[in-house]
Amino acid sequence: MRRMGWPVWALALGLVGWLGAAWAQPITVTDDRGRTVVLPAAPQRVVSILPSLTETVCELQQCQRLVGVDRYSNWPAAIQALPRVGGGIDPNVEAIVALRPDVVLAAVSSRGSERLEALGLKVVALEPKTHADMRRVMGTVARVLGLPAEDAERLWRHIDAAVSAAAQSLPPNVRRTKVYFEVNRAPYAAGASSFIGETLARLGAQNIVPAELGPFPKLNPEFVVRANPDVIMVGARNAPGMTERPGWERIRAVRERRVCVFDNDDADTIIRPGPRLGEGARLLADCLRKHVQP
Amino acid sequence: MKPSVSPWFASPTLAASPRSARCWPLAAALVLAAAVLGTLGLGVGSTGIEPVWAMLADPIAAQIVWDIRAPRTLGAWAAGALLGLAGAVAQGLFRNPLADPFLLGSAAGASLTVALALAALGVSPFAATWIVRLGLTGAAFLGAVAAVLLTLALARGVQHTLRLLLAGVVVGMVLGALTSLVTLLVPDVLQAMQAFLLGSTGFVGWSACAIMMAVGTVCIGAAWALARVLDGLTLGEATAQSLGLPLAPLRLALVAVIALATGTAVTQTGLIAFVGLAAPHLVRTLVKVTHGWLVALASLMGGLLLMVADLLARGLVAPQEIPVGVLTAVLGGGYLLWLMHRRTG
Repeated sequence: MRRMGWPVWALALGLVGWLGAAWAQPITVTDDRGRTVVLPAAPQRVVSILPSLTETVCELQQCQRLVGVDRYSNWPAAIQALPRVGGGIDPNVEAIVALRPDVVLAAVSSRGSERLEALGLKVVALEPKTHADMRRVMGTVARVLGLPAEDAERLWRHIDAAVSAAAQSLPPNVRRTKVYFEVNRAPYAAGASSFIGETLARLGAQNIVPAELGPFPKLNPEFVVRANPDVIMVGARNAPGMTERPGWERIRAVRERRVCVFDNDDADTIIRPGPRLGEGARLLADCLRKHVQP
Repeated sequence: MKPSVSPWFASPTLAASPRSARCWPLAAALVLAAAVLGTLGLGVGSTGIEPVWAMLADPIAAQIVWDIRAPRTLGAWAAGALLGLAGAVAQGLFRNPLADPFLLGSAAGASLTVALALAALGVSPFAATWIVRLGLTGAAFLGAVAAVLLTLALARGVQHTLRLLLAGVVVGMVLGALTSLVTLLVPDVLQAMQAFLLGSTGFVGWSACAIMMAVGTVCIGAAWALARVLDGLTLGEATAQSLGLPLAPLRLALVAVIALATGTAVTQTGLIAFVGLAAPHLVRTLVKVTHGWLVALASLMGGLLLMVADLLARGLVAPQEIPVGVLTAVLGGGYLLWLMHRRTG
């Protein structure tokens, strides 16, 4: 409590007025493990060990409550100075405990949640995988932070509007464009059922990887040659050497140089299921606009 | 020092046994099986199983058959042969039935340089252009060779087989740990690394095939010429020496064969587990042979094993792929267990 200034109090009180003094009430949330977590009061010290959750906290204008983040969180700039507490797969339990957080936000798959809980910390595990998940996770994070549900809804509407605006900026011909989004060189693709696939669908493009194959299937590379996409999207880290794969010089996107290579920051924006979804949609739309004939 | 071998493994005897008469038929059967499966394999791919002649009518499908499936099938066979050969030589050289081609650290070295290359790709455009020129395959080969040289340096040469073995284990562990560190620091490379560690024949083209076939020919020739040394070594180092074999230079040549064959296979297809270990054992359970035959038959067996694994990898859940290394372990391991129990039971 001690860190909250009076303007924040006033704001919080105003927004949740109909709940009375909700800030003093315990907060109960059910996380994505199905576990019910009870927080005695709105947490003031938050540790996030998943970049998309770090970004969500900040986009809910609560960056100042973060006291530690994982080493992969790199956005927004406000978190750069925060202590790093390891990664999602190898969290530094001691460093997290030393920060005395009121709550730890982690991925469901993160190791260490059990250990942190055994040490008396509150852990809320969340795993956004689809657009619907992202909306739900934003709601849950807002609830954990003791914010009114309206804050999360407003953030989601803002993101949704950005995706719609990106879609409207594209010529109608985008509907005839077949897209292949390569997540990495194994090659894993972003299928139609992944959140990247959902964004591409919102933009109107056709994904060569059908939803039946799952969100991020490991493809036989000849599948891509056979599907002959018009546009290929890939991050800078995975782009080198792609066009030299056997048979790939025949793919239309390669032949006509319609391959979009996203730099590392842009690739982060696109492949993180967080509040920069609208920005990611704009990047995908920029690529499509460049390569779709009007 | 007696070779530590299990009864069914039975060290190859120098005297011709009645069963060595089965060598030619076995070699012919392995080649025939590979040829038949390889041809049928042209019809297995991202669309499941389809007749090849129907595909040849469509230009894109025809290109898929000739430029993707054919080199991939042949490449799987060649890589498997290289691993089988290296496994046979390693087991003979170390007189240890558990020796496999990755023992000298080549796999760990290749993994480390591939991880570093993948991590560097995203760091700076300068690094990216440099790595593209070298290629991930070039990086893997450099790593594999460097790791073997490091092993040799740590063992201070090839005089002591046990020292060489332990140095290889140390190099493997340390470089493996460094690789894990790189992937942890740059998690973007995690999945691509995972794919490399489980092996993949998906990106083998004609040029990769040509390299593997050329190296394979050289290595088989060299191993065949050195087979007498391996035969001598099965009787113990002292006996081998007393036979007048100049052990040190010959051992170095054998290490070079292992390093070259393994490095080439790892470079093109990633770390494919178990082929190198299982292929010589599978041959030994079928025939009792001297090393001259063993290196040849183990190559053919390894090639067949990896080719079958590749066919299943791309066919079972098409258009997705199962990592081929998973299948080699299941196939090779299962078959070996079955043979073992059939013989002892």
